[in-house]
Amino acid sequence: MNHLLSTEHLDRSTLEELLDEAEGFAEVLTRPIPKVPALRGKTVATMFFEPSTRTRLSFEKAAKALSADTVSFSPGTSAISKGESLKDTALTIRAMGVDLIVVRHTATGAPWRLAEWLDIPIVNGGDGAHQHPTQALLDCLTIRQRFGSLDGLKIAIVGDIKHSRVARSDIFAMTTLGAEVILVGPPTLLPLDPEAWPVSVSHDLDSVIEEVDVVYLLRVQTERGGASVFPSLAEYATRFGMTPERFSRLKPEAVVMHPGPMNRGVEISYDVADDERALILEQVTNGVAARMAVLFRLLGGEHDA
Amino acid sequence: MRQVMSTEDLRRVTTRIAHEIVERNEGTNEVVIVGIPTRGRPFADRIARVLSDIEGREITAGSLDIGMYRDDLDTRPRTRIGPTEIPENIDGKTVVIADDVLFTGRTIRAALDALADLGRPGAVQLAVVVDRGHRQLPIRADFVGKNIPTAASERILVRFEEIDGEDGVWVDQGGDG
Repeated sequence: MNHLLSTEHLDRSTLEELLDEAEGFAEVLTRPIPKVPALRGKTVATMFFEPSTRTRLSFEKAAKALSADTVSFSPGTSAISKGESLKDTALTIRAMGVDLIVVRHTATGAPWRLAEWLDIPIVNGGDGAHQHPTQALLDCLTIRQRFGSLDGLKIAIVGDIKHSRVARSDIFAMTTLGAEVILVGPPTLLPLDPEAWPVSVSHDLDSVIEEVDVVYLLRVQTERGGASVFPSLAEYATRFGMTPERFSRLKPEAVVMHPGPMNRGVEISYDVADDERALILEQVTNGVAARMAVLFRLLGGEHDA
Repeated sequence: MRQVMSTEDLRRVTTRIAHEIVERNEGTNEVVIVGIPTRGRPFADRIARVLSDIEGREITAGSLDIGMYRDDLDTRPRTRIGPTEIPENIDGKTVVIADDVLFTGRTIRAALDALADLGRPGAVQLAVVVDRGHRQLPIRADFVGKNIPTAASERILVRFEEIDGEDGVWVDQGGDG
């Protein structure tokens, strides 16, 4: 593994190794001194061309917990054109002696371009509606901690699949690890050809709610035109939101997840979001450990012999 | 490959080292045993089992992974990060680190760094199955199963039933290993 760009072609043993190592790093984060010297002397750069709080902070925290230095680049509000300027920016950061770049970009495929241009590992921190692989790792880690394994679990991913890089990354990681994934949403929010993926599709959350182990709620993305493709937020909440009534129909051990930031009252009700079976904060905590595993894998010496 | 210790040798050595630990520390009330994965772990577990018999109380060994503390992460093949589980607070305690082979001393240096991040032991001691020489750092073992002089190109293989399906120590004459 030279980069982490997508979950689509990660095989099961690589995923499991990353999750095993993330478990080790999760333990490090609970120590009185939550820091190890593994990446001392390395520099991790975050290049985020799109707003982000948790992903960027999480990567920076992960790098620092491994004793790496961090630098960050933000285009701010100025318009940065694609193509040449992305390349120049990346080459400039590289020339400063950076060892790895985490990139988030609105354009699908931007991290792949960086990987071609530069001779250092690139981690995709989210590209357009395409991929967000570290989110999938932290989600799988959270599910594995709860259930021991993803094998045989039924996972419903609910909401705006069409615009969701989280869904695209989770689908591949979860099914590779042995789970069955059901996409649930209105036809306007589902991709045109879900048959291309190893998933089943439902337009009715109520028909699957009693059989699933995990309900993964996606954020309604108003910035990606979310609100224009269904009649109203209230109707969305009624048909696809995790209401207390739906929550009560879940299997007793089933859990609710959300990649954040949540729209309370839309895809998840206020009460459910605070329930012990809503693993949203565990996901955030695990995000740091999962990203430590990725950084360590890419920068911590040679790959497995 | 030449066998230098049998199952029975390994058992006797473990028993002797456990007794030496009790003698040196005048009991085990302030002692915590931790093994370095992979093969320090079964050694630590076995020492703990003998100690439990001697002391008449349940003593469990911990696990101290040093993968994140190595000074040669850049150059050597990656090894898997193992678990770190310390059964109790180590502040002020005597920590006995258990490992299979003492060679350059770099693993033990990393283990000392790892311990320092977990607390402040009163003392640290080292128990190894085999000391094969070739130290690169000023480190020595407190409890040694067997001193085996080796050439730098040779490999020492300590095997444990729990991991390898058999017990014993072998010397591999080197080459490809």
